[in-house]
Amino acid sequence: MSAIQRWRLSTMFCVALSLAFFAMGARSVLAPPAGAQTGPPANPLTVTEIAAGVFVHQGAYAVFAPSNRGDIANLSFVVGRDAVAVIDTGGSAAVGQALRAAIRSVTDKPIRYVINTHMHPDHVFGNAAFADDQPEFIGHHKLARALAARAERYLAVNGELLGPEAFAGTRLIAPTRVVQDRLVIDLGGRELILEAQPTAHTDNDLTIHDVTTGTLFLGDLLFVRHIPALDGSIRGWLALIDRLERIAAKQAVPGHGPPSADWPAAVQPQKQYLQRISADVRRMVKEGRSIAEAAASVGLSEKDAWVLFDEFNARNVTAAFAELEWE
Amino acid sequence: MTELIARRSVLGLVGVALTGLPATLVRAAEDDPWPGLHQDVFRNRPISEEDGLVTLEAPMRAEDAALVPLTVKIDRDKASAPLTLTLLIDKNPAPVAATFYFGEASGEIVLSTRVRIDAYSNVRAVVETASGSLHMTTKYVKASGGCSAPALKDADLADAELGKMQLRQFAVENATSASREVQLMIRHPNYSGLQMNQLTGYYIPAKFISDVEVKRGDVSVFRMEGGISLSTDPNIRFTYRPAGPDDVLTAVARDTDGLLLNGSWPVKSGKES
Repeated sequence: MSAIQRWRLSTMFCVALSLAFFAMGARSVLAPPAGAQTGPPANPLTVTEIAAGVFVHQGAYAVFAPSNRGDIANLSFVVGRDAVAVIDTGGSAAVGQALRAAIRSVTDKPIRYVINTHMHPDHVFGNAAFADDQPEFIGHHKLARALAARAERYLAVNGELLGPEAFAGTRLIAPTRVVQDRLVIDLGGRELILEAQPTAHTDNDLTIHDVTTGTLFLGDLLFVRHIPALDGSIRGWLALIDRLERIAAKQAVPGHGPPSADWPAAVQPQKQYLQRISADVRRMVKEGRSIAEAAASVGLSEKDAWVLFDEFNARNVTAAFAELEWE
Repeated sequence: MTELIARRSVLGLVGVALTGLPATLVRAAEDDPWPGLHQDVFRNRPISEEDGLVTLEAPMRAEDAALVPLTVKIDRDKASAPLTLTLLIDKNPAPVAATFYFGEASGEIVLSTRVRIDAYSNVRAVVETASGSLHMTTKYVKASGGCSAPALKDADLADAELGKMQLRQFAVENATSASREVQLMIRHPNYSGLQMNQLTGYYIPAKFISDVEVKRGDVSVFRMEGGISLSTDPNIRFTYRPAGPDDVLTAVARDTDGLLLNGSWPVKSGKES
């Protein structure tokens, strides 16, 4: 068989496979937010009230495993006079239900908004637990397409990591309302300012500012203790940190880390890590070193400053190299 | 056409495609694809394994399954030119990642590229020498999901830069070396056909760099036929044999939609990079 036939064959195969996935209902992976969610009552997640009416559950420093059910990211809710807004829902429907139980142990007010800070499974997989509340699901204007591009893979890979029990009922729910640039929602005497950010941690990062208490919810734009994970642009992320630092807030809620941390002091270790990666990768590109050499050596001096370093550092370096070698 | 059918049945692709059952996918993935590949790609000709003529560097565990760096070295003292190198990833939907045909201007053969790996798989580098003998080295790489991972981290940036080509030249570490090392970089999403269109929810048709030829003047360094397993922004680091101070390297690349890219670079002399 000639090589031409070989690639024609690959093309044919890909089309066939695409059709097959389509027939399987790939488009329906992003399910509409409807349908009854019934099941045994969930044990509420532990939450900390970091400011008046602001509750945060701290996720484990871990990667997806059956034992943690995907409870590895920080999940928050803000209670206003009339309504509740949820900020990120956890890595499975089960975690989402436990978060919902935590909310219900604090307030009976309606859950009107479910906000996702970005596309990653540990932040969006719990959305299904809130479908019955019929909230507005709010995200960055690029969140829906980012999820659509990854839905099949996210569900397959993470379903396997979590196992059938922890994964049961998990599905993706796309935003019903998008933030183009800036959106203010009112919980009743309490405004949250939502801002769609340019490509940084991902290409769909959203920040939420609770002006009432001076709390900034940064999703995975801020990692504390847990090593940052790069899935967007290292240049974009560093540039955004410079802007975010100027926001006058008392405290920030990281996507991974303690429930709250002083702002902007909390971002300094992350900034140093990203600057170190960026500088070392640029130097290695300049020296003509390879991406494999960079992945094996860059950032190692930062190892002791972070948990889960081995899980993410080389991957971050790989992504940074592929970005910065085009400069 | 019988070949095509035979190949498809060997790989179990038709079954996967038409039934779409995940169980079928899993079963197909567990079968050993190598006997079928050996038959289809190399017509079951005898292959000498791990004989030192060709070596392959690959990570044991890929940091990013959509961007797995591979480096192949061919010992020219053991191999009669011209040489052909085929990179295979057993468990990828299209296992032949690329085939390189080395020309007269190729140097000591050290070639690096980046590939997508869809499932834990053997990765193979197979060299055919002028005398027709086949030599293979194999590495097992733990990676998954590389072919369906979105081609682009920043979906909006890509269109603006599509088709941009760069040639990076590196300082010669060994001044007596008869070879110079360069790196060809092509901005192209190299859509695998297994990635979702973010707006429509349909799969993006495969569209990838299928042909690259690099020459020094009129003399071929290598020609490459590529497939969907090459990573986004195809990247080939290779060596060539310089002829003189006025060397010009040219690259012509084509994608499966007929997009034609041309680049031409005068060669820097000396040790500067």
